[in-house]
Amino acid sequence: MHIPDGIIDGKTAATAAGLSMIGVGWALRRVKRELPPRKIPLLGLAAAFLFAAQMVNFPIAAGTSGHLIGGTLIAALLGPSAAVVVVTTVLIVQCFLFADGGVMALGANIFNMAILGSVGGYAVFRVTNSLLAGSRGRITAIAFAAWCSVVFAAISCAGQLAWSGTVSWRAAFPAMAGTHMIIGLGEGLISALVFIAIQRTRPEMIVDDTQPRRARELVVFGMVATLGIALFIAPFACPWPDGLESVAAKLGFESQAVANSAFAPLPDYQLPGMHWAIGATALAGVIGSLVVFILAMLLGWLLAPKKSGIKGNA
Amino acid sequence: MSSTLLTHHHSHAHSPIHRLPAALKLGAALILIVGTVLMPPDQIVWFISVLALLLAVLILSQLPLMFFLKRLLLLSPFVLGVALVNAWQPQNHVRWQVIALKSSLCLATVILVSNTTPFSKMLGALQRARVPALLITTMMLMHRYLFVLVEESERMRRARLSRTFTRGGRFQWRSLSTVIGQLFVRASERAERIYDAMCSRGWK
Repeated sequence: MHIPDGIIDGKTAATAAGLSMIGVGWALRRVKRELPPRKIPLLGLAAAFLFAAQMVNFPIAAGTSGHLIGGTLIAALLGPSAAVVVVTTVLIVQCFLFADGGVMALGANIFNMAILGSVGGYAVFRVTNSLLAGSRGRITAIAFAAWCSVVFAAISCAGQLAWSGTVSWRAAFPAMAGTHMIIGLGEGLISALVFIAIQRTRPEMIVDDTQPRRARELVVFGMVATLGIALFIAPFACPWPDGLESVAAKLGFESQAVANSAFAPLPDYQLPGMHWAIGATALAGVIGSLVVFILAMLLGWLLAPKKSGIKGNA
Repeated sequence: MSSTLLTHHHSHAHSPIHRLPAALKLGAALILIVGTVLMPPDQIVWFISVLALLLAVLILSQLPLMFFLKRLLLLSPFVLGVALVNAWQPQNHVRWQVIALKSSLCLATVILVSNTTPFSKMLGALQRARVPALLITTMMLMHRYLFVLVEESERMRRARLSRTFTRGGRFQWRSLSTVIGQLFVRASERAERIYDAMCSRGWK
């Protein structure tokens, strides 16, 4: 999902960069204040870990493979501010060292993956975790949150593409959200499995952060994320499928509109299925989220360490 | 993909381009990229001059041509995807040829800079550009231990392969996750040792 240069235009890149600067600046401030000096090298090592972990390929059917993305996992392990710093570092190094993701699009990538992905995922993790008690609840929470974070980042990316005028929202949203709702399944499963593995070998590494202090940390991130959503996504997301068009269709104006835009080789609404694609994707999103949540609960129920196990911590 | 990226890096070679100051190369790259992205597609002169400049840099830097082309292709699937979707779009969206041209030029610029500048020099330039110190330290540590951890995960993979005969999917996912979990545990233990080492060498 690393956006390269040349795909998004100047205003989108500049806006996203501004939002990312606020978000990362806040995260750095929080980390400096909250993190004990002993943990400073851990940020760099966690970033290196994330990079190395992304190179471990998980086999999927038919010879394809996927890998961990990891923002939510890091957020659950180290807290949201540290996760923003870690994921941002990974993105900057990938950009400058490996030319993966554009320089001008760096702000957009940081906003999507580090801020919206990790912090959004963490927020879902906390809310779900507070609803469902015990280690089962925690595994459910991390799997569901990891799935959400991938989908959030993909939708925001689609919004940026649409705002740039590169790809229309009708094409970008179903394509990005649809594929990432599937990719997210792998991410949720891997995140949960890795989390369990760490919990099994080193239960003391997993902080039991039920203290409300962290919630305040989320307010600024939440504001940045909301502003981004308002700019990138909201202008496109309102029509369902498109208020005006459905009215026009009812009144029989549609044929006229098609005739008027005959100069375009493939106008949006002549593509089979495109007309309903956004509505269908949104609906699939709601159903999909429910299904994924149930799957995550099943996963938690299956994989949670038994009380009689090595460490029966609730 | 990433493993091929890791092993072939030419940032420590010697050429006139390699010897240029990092800040200059980064600044020039930034100007080229921003200019290319913002330039309206009918400004052919700009695109041709950027192309000529990049070709000149490529020749002067003595990077292997095949390596350069492979990197360019390897990193473009996103561009191809957008171009593909866009070819189906009505006219009022940016033409896919324009997108492909712009992003290829930008990509080539970054590949040239990153392969002619050692990362530590780049960080030095970023530091002088007032990037927060904590972020620089984190990037420095990440770059230093990136290769160590990648090798460590490779060793764990080999150890696992030499001990397991099963190739069943479900089992494999679980063991791969354990490897990643272990990698995190080892990384955090290493971070503790690094902190002690840093303190004993006078880090504030």
